[in-house]
Amino acid sequence: MAKRTMVEALNLALDEALAADEQVCLMGQDIGVNGGVFRVTKGLQAKHGADRVIDSPLAECGIIGTAVGMAVYGMKPVAEIQFSGFTMQAFDQIEQNMARLHNRTQGRFPIRMVLRTPYGGGIRAVEHHSESREAYWAHTPGLKVVIPSGPRNARSLLAAAIADPDPIIFYEPKSVYRAFREEVPDAPESLEIGKAQVVHEGADVTIVSFGAMMRPAMEAVEDLAEVHGIEAELIDLLTVSPIDTETLVASVTKTGRCIIFHEGHQTCGIGAEVAARLAESGAFEYLVAPLRRLTAPDLPYPFFQVEQHFLPDAEDILAAAKELVEWT
Amino acid sequence: MSVNYTTPLMPDSSPDKEASVSRTPGEATPPPPASGAFDARSIDLGRIECLQILNERGEVDEGLRPDMDDDELRQLHRAMVLSRAFDARMLAMQRQGQMGTFAPNIGQEACGVGQAWPLGGKDWFSPSYRSFGAQIIRGWPMDRLMTLWDGYHDGFPPPEGVNDLPFSIVIGSHVLPAVGIGMAMKRANDPHCVVVNFGDGAFSEGAVIEAINFAAVEQAPVVFIAENNGWAISTPLYKQCKNDVLASRGIGYGVHSIRVDGNDILAMTTATREACERARNGGGPTLIEAVTFRMSLHTTADDPTVYRDEALVDPWKERCPIRRFEAWLQRTGRLTSGDADTIRGECEQEVLDARETFRAQAKAKPREIFDYLYASNPPELEAQRMAYLRRLDRKGVS
Repeated sequence: MAKRTMVEALNLALDEALAADEQVCLMGQDIGVNGGVFRVTKGLQAKHGADRVIDSPLAECGIIGTAVGMAVYGMKPVAEIQFSGFTMQAFDQIEQNMARLHNRTQGRFPIRMVLRTPYGGGIRAVEHHSESREAYWAHTPGLKVVIPSGPRNARSLLAAAIADPDPIIFYEPKSVYRAFREEVPDAPESLEIGKAQVVHEGADVTIVSFGAMMRPAMEAVEDLAEVHGIEAELIDLLTVSPIDTETLVASVTKTGRCIIFHEGHQTCGIGAEVAARLAESGAFEYLVAPLRRLTAPDLPYPFFQVEQHFLPDAEDILAAAKELVEWT
Repeated sequence: MSVNYTTPLMPDSSPDKEASVSRTPGEATPPPPASGAFDARSIDLGRIECLQILNERGEVDEGLRPDMDDDELRQLHRAMVLSRAFDARMLAMQRQGQMGTFAPNIGQEACGVGQAWPLGGKDWFSPSYRSFGAQIIRGWPMDRLMTLWDGYHDGFPPPEGVNDLPFSIVIGSHVLPAVGIGMAMKRANDPHCVVVNFGDGAFSEGAVIEAINFAAVEQAPVVFIAENNGWAISTPLYKQCKNDVLASRGIGYGVHSIRVDGNDILAMTTATREACERARNGGGPTLIEAVTFRMSLHTTADDPTVYRDEALVDPWKERCPIRRFEAWLQRTGRLTSGDADTIRGECEQEVLDARETFRAQAKAKPREIFDYLYASNPPELEAQRMAYLRRLDRKGVS
C-alpha cells in the first residue's frame, strides 16, 4: 500500500499495462520525454522505449486515427489528448472509425483502444481547457465512457479500460489529479466497467454524481447528515456510458428522491439521461418529489475568474436536498 | 525512372544558382544549427518526378518497360476489362432499380488495378469508395461488392483472409487508420506495407494531410495514391486548390513523391511496386499522384451535365487506359483482336455469374443489427434489442 495522487495512480496503471502486454502502447503530444503536461506518463518512455511511448505530432485527429489503425493491426493503443477541449479536432475519427469500425466490419476488427484525456474545470485554466463534454461520447453508439473520481478507482478503471474489448473514452478529472492522496494497493486491481458504486448509504435522498464533482458531493452528504439530519445516499457512476441503471433504480426506489450533480451542461447531459431512466423505471412510483439536476448552465465554459460561480457546488446540493425532503 | 519533368515546385527566385542549397526532403532532417545562425541561401527542394511508360497512342518506352512476362501483361489487361465490365453491369442494374447508389470507376481502371497489383496477401489496402478494380484483385468477390452496394451489411466486412479496411464513405477518413496500420507493422518488424487511395477532393481534408505527416515522421510503410481525377462531384481541381501538382505536397512533408500517368497501367504498376518495395524495406512512405479523369458520374445520384461541359470528357476517351494497353498488346503480338473480344465476353459472363450469386445470397437480416456494435451488449442496449425484436415480431418480420 502506498498513498498516491491520481496522477501517480494513473501512471502506475499505464506502467503495469505496458509491462504486462507488449501490444499496449501510448501515444500523444509531449507524453514521452516530457511525461505529459500533467506528468501522467512521467518516466514511461525511458522505461518502455520511444517506440511504445510515442511522442506524436501535434494533431489530435491524427493521434486518434492512427491509433485506430494500430488497433486494427492488433495493438492496444492508449492515446492521450492533452485536454478534452481538443478532442473536437478528433471528433471525425472518434465517430467514424473508433466507435464504429467494429460494427462496420461485423466484428472483424475489434478496436481495443483507450482515449485518455483530462476534463473539467476548477484549475484556473485558459479558455478551451475546462470542458466537460462526456455527453457527446455517451451519445455516440459504440463507445464506453469511463470517469474515475479518485486515485484508487482511477488506477483500477484504467486497467479495466485497457483490458476491455471495446473502445473507451477515459475522462480524467484534472482538478483531482493532485488534489489528494489515497491508499492504492501495490498489486494490480481492476473494477468492472459499467458498474456504479454506492459510496455512502442513506435513506432520504439519492445523489448521483461522478468525476471531480464527487468531492463536493461527499462534502454535501456529510453536511446534510451533521447539520440537517438528512441521510443522503451518494452514487458514483464511474461509467457514464453504459449507465448502471440497476443501481440507480434500487437507490431511488429506497429514497424516493434524486439529485443529479455534474459539471457538464444541462441539456442532453448525463443528468438528463439518468432522469429519463428513473422516470421510465419502477422507481417512478416511489418518487415523492421531482427530480433535480444540478449542472453547469448551457453556456461555453467561462473565463476562469468566474468559474467558481459557474460550476455547481455543495451548497447547491444542500438547498436542493432540503427542498426535496420538505416537498409535499 | 524519371522521364520528363514538370515545372519546378516553386519558381527559382534565387539570382545566383550556386547560392542555393539543395535538400532532399525527409532523408535527413537537419538539427537546428548550433550557432542559431539563419541560413539565407534559397532552398531547392527538387523537382517532381513524373512517369509515363505507355502513352495514349499505345506506345511503350522500352527503356522503362517493367519486367513482366506476357502472361502477367495479359492478366493486367483482363483485370482492367473485368473492372469495366463490372462497372457497366452495376450501372445497368442501378438504372433498372436493382442496385443501390454507387460510385462508377469507368476510365480509372489503370489506377485501381495498378495500385493493387503489387500487393501481397500480408500487405494491407485501405480504399476509398471508387475502388472496384483494386478490390476485385484484393480478393473481394464481385457478388460481395454488389451485396454491399445494395445496402446489405454482410457485404461490408472484408472477406476472411483479405487484409483490407472497408472502403470509406466520409471523405479521407480512412487514410489515418491506414497509417496507423503501417505504424503497427513497423513496430512488429513485419516486412509489409499499406496502400491507401484517396481523391483530389480528399486532399483538401485536414485528416489526409495529418496522415501524410504522421507517416513521414514515423517513416511508416505506407503508399499514398492520390487519384487526381479532376473532379470532386461538381468541383473541378482549380477550385479545389491553387497548386494543382498534388505530388508536390508530399515533397513539402518530406515524403518521396511522384506524379504518374494514372491511365497508364504500366506506370501505375511500376510506381506502386517501387513504392511498396521501398516501404517494406524501411524506406518510408511514398505519395503517388495518379493523374486520371472521372469519365462518368460521381455516383449514380449525380448528373454531371449540370456542371460539366461534356466536351471536357472527349479528349479523355482517347486516353482510355484499356484502349491504349490493348493497342500495344495487339501491335506487339501479345493479344489478337479475337482474344480481346473473347476476354470481354468472359468478363461479362463472370459479372453475370456474380450477379446470380448476389441475387441468390443477399438477404437482409434485420434481427442482427444489434449484434456487432460491442463485444457484448451492455444491459440498456440489450433491453433495446429485445424491444426491437418484439416490434419485428408484431410486424411479422423474420
